Amino acid sequence: MQAVIVLEDGSRFPGKGFGAMGMQVGEVVFNTSMTGYQELLTDPSYHRQIVVSTVPHVGNVGVNSDDPESEKIWVAGFAVRSISPVVSNWRSQATLDEYLRKQNVIGITEVETRALVRHLRTRGVMRGVIAHGEMADDTQLLLWEAQRWSGMDNLDLAKEVTCQAPYVWEEPIDPAWYSDTTTSGMRGHIVAYDFGIKHNIMRLLTARGFRVTVVPATTTAAETMSMNPDGVFLSNGPGDPAAVTYAIDAIREMLGQVPMFGICLGHQLMGLALGGQTHKLLFGHRGGNQPVRDPESGKVTITVHNHGFEVTAGSLPDDVTVTRVNLNDGCIEGLRCDRLKAFSVQYHPEAAPGSHDALDLFDDFVALVESVHARS
Amino acid sequence: MPKRTDLKTILVIGSGPIVIGQGCEFDYSGVQACKALRREGYRVVLINSNPATIMTDPEFADATYVEPLTPDMLRMIIERERPDALLPTMGGQTALNLAMALYNNGTLADFGVELIGATAEAIDIAEDRKRFKEAIAEIGLTSAISEVVGTLEDALVAADQIGYPVLVRPSFTLGGSGGGIAYNVEDLRRVAANGLSESPVQEVLIEQSVIGWKEYELELMRDRKDNFVVVCSIENIDAMGVHTGDSITVAPVQTLTDRELQRLRDMAKLIIRRVGLETGGANIQFAVNPADGSVIVIEMNPRVSRSSALASKATGFPIAKIAALVAVGYTLDEIPNDITQKTPASFEPSLDYVVVKIPRWNFEKFKGIDSTLGPQMKAIGEVMAIGRTFPEALQKAICGLDIGMYGFGSTDYEVQPDMLSVPTAQRLYYIASALRHDKSGDSVSSISNITQYDPWFVAQLRNLQLEADILRTYTLPMVQEMYAENGGGEAFWRLFKQLGYSDKFLAELLKTDELSIRAERKKHGVKANFYRVDTCAAEFEAFTPYLYSTYERDCEADPSDRKKVIILGGGPNRIGQGIEFDYCCVHACFALRQLGYETIMINCNPETVSTDYDTADRLYFEPLTFEHVMNVIDTEKPDGILVQFGGQTPLNIAQQLHDAGAPIWGTSIDAINIAEDRESFNSFMAQLHIPQPDGRIARSPEGVMAAVDEIGYPVLVRPSFVLGGRGMAICYTRESLEAVLREDIAWDGKPVLIDRYLEDAFEIDVDALADGTHVTIGGIMQHIEEAGVHSGDSACVLPPYKISYYYLDQIREYTERIGLALQVKGLFNIQFAIKDDVVYVLEVNPRASRTTPFVSKATAIPLASYAAQIATGKTLVDLGFMDEPHVNGFFVKEAVLPFRKFPGADARLGPEMRSTGEVMGHASSFGHAFAKAQIAADMLLPTSGTVFISVNDLDKSAVSKLARDLHNLGFTLLATEGTADFLERQGLPVERVKKINEGTPNALDAMRSDKIQLIINTPLGGQAHDDSIAIRSVAYQYRVPITTTLSAAQATVQGIKALHNKPLKVRSLQTHHAVNGRVS
Ligand SMILES: Nc1ncnc2c1ncn2[C@@H]1O[C@H](COP(=O)(O)OP(=O)(O)O)[C@@H](O)[C@H]1O
Ligand SMILES: Nc1ncnc2c1ncn2[C@@H]1O[C@H](COP(=O)(O)OP(=O)(O)O)[C@@H](O)[C@H]1O
Ligand SMILES: [Mg+2]
Ligand SMILES: [Mg+2]
Repeated sequence: MQAVIVLEDGSRFPGKGFGAMGMQVGEVVFNTSMTGYQELLTDPSYHRQIVVSTVPHVGNVGVNSDDPESEKIWVAGFAVRSISPVVSNWRSQATLDEYLRKQNVIGITEVETRALVRHLRTRGVMRGVIAHGEMADDTQLLLWEAQRWSGMDNLDLAKEVTCQAPYVWEEPIDPAWYSDTTTSGMRGHIVAYDFGIKHNIMRLLTARGFRVTVVPATTTAAETMSMNPDGVFLSNGPGDPAAVTYAIDAIREMLGQVPMFGICLGHQLMGLALGGQTHKLLFGHRGGNQPVRDPESGKVTITVHNHGFEVTAGSLPDDVTVTRVNLNDGCIEGLRCDRLKAFSVQYHPEAAPGSHDALDLFDDFVALVESVHARS
Repeated sequence: MPKRTDLKTILVIGSGPIVIGQGCEFDYSGVQACKALRREGYRVVLINSNPATIMTDPEFADATYVEPLTPDMLRMIIERERPDALLPTMGGQTALNLAMALYNNGTLADFGVELIGATAEAIDIAEDRKRFKEAIAEIGLTSAISEVVGTLEDALVAADQIGYPVLVRPSFTLGGSGGGIAYNVEDLRRVAANGLSESPVQEVLIEQSVIGWKEYELELMRDRKDNFVVVCSIENIDAMGVHTGDSITVAPVQTLTDRELQRLRDMAKLIIRRVGLETGGANIQFAVNPADGSVIVIEMNPRVSRSSALASKATGFPIAKIAALVAVGYTLDEIPNDITQKTPASFEPSLDYVVVKIPRWNFEKFKGIDSTLGPQMKAIGEVMAIGRTFPEALQKAICGLDIGMYGFGSTDYEVQPDMLSVPTAQRLYYIASALRHDKSGDSVSSISNITQYDPWFVAQLRNLQLEADILRTYTLPMVQEMYAENGGGEAFWRLFKQLGYSDKFLAELLKTDELSIRAERKKHGVKANFYRVDTCAAEFEAFTPYLYSTYERDCEADPSDRKKVIILGGGPNRIGQGIEFDYCCVHACFALRQLGYETIMINCNPETVSTDYDTADRLYFEPLTFEHVMNVIDTEKPDGILVQFGGQTPLNIAQQLHDAGAPIWGTSIDAINIAEDRESFNSFMAQLHIPQPDGRIARSPEGVMAAVDEIGYPVLVRPSFVLGGRGMAICYTRESLEAVLREDIAWDGKPVLIDRYLEDAFEIDVDALADGTHVTIGGIMQHIEEAGVHSGDSACVLPPYKISYYYLDQIREYTERIGLALQVKGLFNIQFAIKDDVVYVLEVNPRASRTTPFVSKATAIPLASYAAQIATGKTLVDLGFMDEPHVNGFFVKEAVLPFRKFPGADARLGPEMRSTGEVMGHASSFGHAFAKAQIAADMLLPTSGTVFISVNDLDKSAVSKLARDLHNLGFTLLATEGTADFLERQGLPVERVKKINEGTPNALDAMRSDKIQLIINTPLGGQAHDDSIAIRSVAYQYRVPITTTLSAAQATVQGIKALHNKPLKVRSLQTHHAVNGRVS
């Protein structure tokens, strides 16, 4: 059945629908990863975003129960060039079409995705509507819906994706998939803020011998500190970091009291708590091939990205070091403040999907937690 | 980290002649490496025995040695040039092996030469299968269970333990040469015996088979800061058991989840570190069990490879160039990505399209061989296509193969189950037929089970057949009527074009002609648009116009309004049309660019320099069919199109392009037609009063027999319009002629040519330039073998060494007469034969020829470049090229034949071309030049030992002189009865050996036990003589130098004499031509 993406600037990208029928607004973004659509769909950071996949064939390997990064699909819609007519993989349990339909998410295929991506690249990400069914023909209506939506700026989405109550995560990483060394033996207690946390982060922390308590985004510093954490972890998540004021306050309060590690939105929030600013990028970084350089060692890592905002260069106090820089556009990709025993990265060392090249950041966190332990 | 400044001179080793498993991809990588290193200010010394390469053009290195690739020669070169470092990773297995030999024999240490790009230790771990497996186990990964054995008995024991089927893989061979699969004890005896004899160290690996698992390749790059990237991941559609070089492959990987792919990536990282490859590119192959995802590591190539060339073309990431730069100390982040300009080379390309590679085989030229595909590579070339989806890319690739197929299922076959289960060159097309006729609902799973293709691919293929089936029930008028009523014409055509159906295929399905389809779809606005290969899935702007066609509405071609010329390439390499033509295309590009034209290259061969994105100003990676070329012409609107450089392929579509209004530059279509069409050519020669062998044209077997009654035996029979003598045969008798007419010729209305075969004639090749008013000869080459041995398979020498001035002048005069009469504008090539005082013309090729690069190397005259300039309107006077160049010393070209890869093929040379490549030897005397060429072609001329002589009666008296010479040189003579009697009567001492049918020990046993160092064997005229077939095939297997013609034997003796007189010396082309007063 007919389907379409209509952007706020009036451009129209028709295709055929799959998954659920209906209409959904969102910010239209593109992702250049060539594998891992199931992980991507279930990444809460994509909440309220309509994701365009640049790799043409999607759905080839179906879906399974191991690969989701959260409990459900978060994307507002999914656009591909060619959805696979069949599924072929030994782990597959269902088709992508069924998966989207079951979770009531709209998909669109046979879209001229490259044209759409080039459009977004030059004009920036924008609001749009994905529609599947009769209303796909009603461009006026869809355009109006797109323009009516307020968009992502100043939107606190962490609140919408976070867990309702604290819980303990116990499942470690499956060593079949990671040559990464896992350690047993208890190394301490980590409180992980869930701004949209991905399963793999919790698995990697657990595998390193931490007890992990996941807490809602709104948890206050006092509540967290009362759990006696040996470290605090700030997760990835969707939306405008500047809008998550309560978390920035909590982080500011905890900084220096407890070792802290942030990823993605967690990194931006840490940047804000340290006194910096954030701003929105034209079309963001979403993909698995971004080169990030450590200016100290000169080492380059191929990293997985999913962010539309960045910490503004020059906005940070002197005792905060920029530890990672994006080689494509100079964007700040990592921060460290030794005095406050905190560090963060803008990208996704937990991968899923993408390269495992940055897993050692979790070891850095272990080292940081242990060094503080040793001193006390 | 900046580049190293402690290095000044770097030695680069090329890969030598084109052979199966080592094609022109190494010219592409070598050119990139040389260019990159020189741009960095290093002095580059290059050695490669292959004169057809672009890398051996003197401007690509500071000192270029076209010399045999042997440790001795390299030592001489190193001694003279004193390089600081040796880069061994650009010249395939050949260069790695040579580098290791130089390391092991102390040459590198003696002259203080450092290996860069890969250390000796890293090469050794990666190349030694046993050490590699140990390393794999050490890092906790799995490789196939195996055992190294040195005897047949041990092989049988090992196979019993491992369990059948087993793989036999000889150590230290190229392209899996001598390997095979054994399903039982009998197989193993045969395969292991062959493998043991193929291995230079008499060692094979008996290995657990994982046939049917999925095969994947990762192309990696690492720098000295341990920065690591995966440039490309490639999925083989043919499962494990079919060599990656013989597999249809796809990028990016289609049937792995992210977890599975990342696991392979993690493993690759561990492996490259463990092997210790610090600075450069590598390729690692994995097998993945489709049932449970378990992984086995197959091998690692610590160098650039065929796959890395493919990956470079598939992604826009120039692996060889970057590998060269990291080898001299750069880190990936310091090297810019040429395509985006803004981003560095330390990233992993993201593809928003699909790339399909299909190998190109030439089995039809090797009767009697095993043409099933297996762990040993057999393909000669490959085609690559880019599409937005797999079906589109696949169908484009099929069109690009130039084998008469124009889509998936364009030819129908009656399919038996074993045609699907046994991998062959045709299997893809058999699958098409199977899918077409299997109407059951589960054809995907049944065909997937039997072919071991992943169901995902089979489903895509089935969809193509379903769509085609629907179309088959329509005609074009019915389709027109349908959308006249309901609209949707655009959607209709776009759907099929997006699936990659060619106009020609659609025309067949809808029972009309190609042009009607083209017109109809364009009427509905459905025309090809072009997208850019940008390394980044459109995330950044692409500055390099590297384009592919697709049928979406957006178009990124963005043509300029400059004066521009399109150069048509040659498509996939095949026997008869290989690297030589790419050489010419590249030169045409360079020349026109220099004249200020925008150059536009169209080609679909990923191995070539012409498809490097910085060779032409704009690169269209497209099949060389009328449709695809016209699409580019419609978009670019060029001022001219050059068809004379890419071999026969562009000529074959020249008429259609011309009819469609395309501006063909250079020699006119009419002249091309005269030369190509035998009837008009015959009358044209008659008009010019130039003799030709008596010939006729027939269109039926009866017609042939009638013609032969007039001409008389022996005759040469061949279909017209072919390159490389496909389907050509010499017949001495009625019976053999009838057999050829029955078995070798498809009677499809195309004419068959019958010529009187000139026995024992000298053959001469001429390459010349003409501009309409003048003709200047570039070079006259005398063939070593007589006419009847295809010019591509015959050795030849420039200048001629045995032809009198009288004939040479006649040849010059004929060449001029023909060039002017045809109004050639550019290059042309003529083959002459001299017999009984008459000079005959055998054929005229109105285009660049296979020998163009060879002549250019010998004369330092850039013939192809001049030809391109002439095509733009320049004259020979403008170019200052009015005199035939004088050649100092002798340049010998020798052909390299693939018989060792094809046991069972008759190695006797004939009019059908079968060589895959060539080498050149040059020296001041003919003997030395010939000896060098032989050595370079891996025919090490012996200077002592035993020569086995077995010649036909006609040759006996002539051979006695050679036998005497060899005897005087200290050789022992060995012969079978007849020849022995004859030689003894001449007063020569001869040892006797039994004929093969006289029992053992016979000549074959003597060869096998290393008692024979040289063979002179001329078979009886025309008769397929079992004895000599066996002798030739064992000779190839055991690498005993063999000559099958008397003229070659004479040259060989001259070569041996020369080696006795004086040792070989080396000289760079730059020195040679400077000495001879030519600027290079
Ligand atoms: N254990 C095995 N079982 C089945 N097929 C194999 C096995 N090992 C290799 N092969 C097949 O043989 C081919 C050649 O083997 P490879 O190790 O890559 O040698 P080469 O050096 O010739 O490339 C592979 O591409 C693969 O298809
Ligand atoms: N009439 C002939 N007599 C002897 N040899 C011939 C004759 N015609 C062709 N040949 C041999 O066959 C080879 C191939 O023939 P040619 O016409 O050049 O075809 P191709 O197009 O394959 O180059 C020549 O190189 C020559 O050795
Ligand atoms: Mg291999
Ligand atoms: Mg010829």
